[in-house]
Amino acid sequence: MPDLTQIVFGVIALAMVVAAVAMVQTRNVVHSAYWLFANAVLTAAIFGMLHANYVAVIQLLVYAGAVAILTIFTVMLTLRHPDFATRPREFNLFSLLLAGALLALIVLALFTSPEITQQQVQEFPGVREFAIKMFAPDGWALPFEIASLILTAALITAVMWTHQLSKRRPVKKNYRSKGNEE
Amino acid sequence: MTVPLNAYLILAAVLFTIGLYGALSRKGAVLVLMSLELMSMAVTINLVAFSSFVTPIDMTGQFFTIFAMVVSAAEVAIGLALVVAIFRTTATIELDDLDELKG
Repeated sequence: MPDLTQIVFGVIALAMVVAAVAMVQTRNVVHSAYWLFANAVLTAAIFGMLHANYVAVIQLLVYAGAVAILTIFTVMLTLRHPDFATRPREFNLFSLLLAGALLALIVLALFTSPEITQQQVQEFPGVREFAIKMFAPDGWALPFEIASLILTAALITAVMWTHQLSKRRPVKKNYRSKGNEE
Repeated sequence: MTVPLNAYLILAAVLFTIGLYGALSRKGAVLVLMSLELMSMAVTINLVAFSSFVTPIDMTGQFFTIFAMVVSAAEVAIGLALVVAIFRTTATIELDDLDELKG
């Protein structure tokens, strides 16, 4: 009889796989973004199960709160007409076989490598210890500053590419394929 | 017996391959970026699982996860800004239609 932790993990894992499969095979673009959001929230639950409290909250803030919302906004901005939200079915057998082969390889590697048992700790470190290690000079302070620089550069780039202070240039060539013409 | 490490690793592997299938088979730019984000989340699950099982006091994997999340968020911001800019000049984001560089 599995104990409560295993049951909870099983439920969360099953929900994650269902959400991931729904994300890659649904025909509606907006539904795909919703399933990505569901996956982000369930990943935070997995982090909570692994006693990584701070990372779980950051996952909710960054992925569920920023990345998923960004994708929903981009879907909204790049949809010429609400009818185009439903796309034709996109199935690729070669990709499916390739992904299946990679999964088989990874599972094989997992089951032929030595087992790692969990180190027994009195209690897992909390947010306070995480912060002490993160901002220690011999800890992770330098990568933290570099990560801030990366984010600043990325956001400046994103604003530069999408601002419309100058007049909009007209579309020069008809890029739409035949099936999407109005 | 509680949840073993292999369970988390297999879950991360399954999510990674599902994201890989989505990235290879989808034909809209935003959908490909969403699948890439799913792959990135699978990798972070892997990192945190190893951190919790092998170095629970040092929390090394959790720090790696924070930086991986930062880089991934920056990448998705730039990628989506690129998609919006492309849509504004070419009025389409179907990857099959953006073939000017095709030889």
